[in-house]
Amino acid sequence: MGKLFSKENGEVFKSPLNLNNPIAVQVLGICSALAVTSQLKPAIVMGLSVTVITAFSNVIISLIRKTIPNRIRIIVQLVVVAALVTIVSNILKAYVYDVSVQLSVYVGLIITNCILMGRLEAFAMMNGPWESFLDGIANGLGYAIILVIVGFVRELLGFGSIFGFQIIPDSWLLDNGGGYLHNGMMTMPAMALILLACVIWAHRAYNKDKIQ
Amino acid sequence: MGLRKFLDKIKPSFQEGGKLHAFRSVFDGFETFMYVPNDTAKAKGAHIHDAIDSKRIMSFVVIALTPALLFGMWNVGHWHYIANGEQDPAFWSSFFYGLAAVLPKIVVSYLVGLGIEFTVAQWKNEEIHEGFLVSGILIPMIVPINCPLWIIAIATAFAVIFAKEVFGGTGMNIFNVALVTRAFLFFSYPSTMSGDKVWVNQNYMDCITGVSGNVDSYTAATPLGQIAAGDPVSTSFMDTITGVMPGSIGETSVIAIALGACLLLVTGVASWKTMLSVFVGGALMAFIFKDKVTDNFEWYEHLTVGGFCFGAVFMATDPVTSARTECGKWIYGFLIGVMAVIIRVLNPGYPEGMMLAILLMNVFAPLIDYCVVQSNINKRAKRAIKVKED
Repeated sequence: MGKLFSKENGEVFKSPLNLNNPIAVQVLGICSALAVTSQLKPAIVMGLSVTVITAFSNVIISLIRKTIPNRIRIIVQLVVVAALVTIVSNILKAYVYDVSVQLSVYVGLIITNCILMGRLEAFAMMNGPWESFLDGIANGLGYAIILVIVGFVRELLGFGSIFGFQIIPDSWLLDNGGGYLHNGMMTMPAMALILLACVIWAHRAYNKDKIQ
Repeated sequence: MGLRKFLDKIKPSFQEGGKLHAFRSVFDGFETFMYVPNDTAKAKGAHIHDAIDSKRIMSFVVIALTPALLFGMWNVGHWHYIANGEQDPAFWSSFFYGLAAVLPKIVVSYLVGLGIEFTVAQWKNEEIHEGFLVSGILIPMIVPINCPLWIIAIATAFAVIFAKEVFGGTGMNIFNVALVTRAFLFFSYPSTMSGDKVWVNQNYMDCITGVSGNVDSYTAATPLGQIAAGDPVSTSFMDTITGVMPGSIGETSVIAIALGACLLLVTGVASWKTMLSVFVGGALMAFIFKDKVTDNFEWYEHLTVGGFCFGAVFMATDPVTSARTECGKWIYGFLIGVMAVIIRVLNPGYPEGMMLAILLMNVFAPLIDYCVVQSNINKRAKRAIKVKED
């Protein structure tokens, strides 16, 4: 592999963003995608947290991959992920407390996110640190993209706002003399599942020949 | 006949190579709706041959719904005049007011639903499915009169796409399309579906754009709403039978629904087993919970208030989403009745449980069928082994 930005590494970076997207194609990490996307801000914070944790756990595991005894590798991976999750969780609490309250347990539950274990097992255990880092970043971003799309639609239709800024003015609401109503189901996880299905649908329809 | 001649005359332009070929499925849809198609399946194989096709079955359901719909229109007008201070509104003016108030809802529901169906059929190069004929009339009947039109349009589109077309169209849906529409409305826009301002239309514009929660308008709670709020029920048992009470447009009158039920049973479109067992299950559960209700409400009134009758007659018997085995129909209907009353009595959030009960049992219908079929297979297998051993 040698070069930092070789063609293979470009492919490692690009494929999770589109044709091998962790949510849209591998259908991993759905639970958190449903839980945290009712507004855009927590969705982005969650996406970034997963990106950071995936990237660095990939690097750490990749560095020590040759010294890990095969039979206890899952435990070692979990310890690394748990340590990183704790760090990220504390950073969130320190700097963006309101978002961390909104995300509540879902930051802690990143430990159980299938994307992480999947990347560690499938990629970091057999590739060098730099490739693993790229792979982690790309998978995290691939996850984040879907979260942002779903979060954007849910916040716009469910609350009438983007990033907390009111896009649909209050005077449009039925109670204030207008005719509009926010869609309450958009704020529930059930609708996130349907939106997610729509994203997957659109993605597969667009890339019909490229996804098996 | 003139219509037949006209259809024959314009038919060529819709066939392969004709200039209106793009609208072929629309033409087919109308032609088979007006006339039974001439070409039927060959008299070979294991198909069951019957003169009645699914368009004719759907028409029967629509006819059966008419009494409830007409009564609902009159009821809307009746309450409109009472809300505006008239003691004894005239019959015909009540009816015509209700007609004018309900008609926009019917038009919107059919326009959106059939629009999507026609588009999908054209796009997939298929025949137009007739399933929306019934759903389109059911949807306006199970919403409150003050539900805004644009919301009905969105909910109808959602239900037709996500409850029906993604599963493969008419006959393939797991959930009853009209009930999915109502569930979407109920969870997305709860303020237009419950409360005490949505049931009576005081100003005409309210039935187009919805009624604002801040405006000081006429309030009337349904019996179930009063139970949920812990108030004594103000509707008498006789009124719940005749249907002169606030409620969703088509659901209030037990008598009108019973007329429709008779037609469905006589023509054999709906299963009497499902219908009866819903009432049995509901009555049993209501009797068990008879100490848990408010004043002026006897346990058997559970069967006459809210959407219980309407759901039992027109929703639970939907041949596509209900259980198909004969024994399964008993279980399916019984559990709907049981669940509906349990939700009403025990769940503080939802005053009405019929919609949720039917949707829940829609999910279980295939499982019930599977169990019934399997148990029959096992029984026969055992019998065969026994015969062999003897």
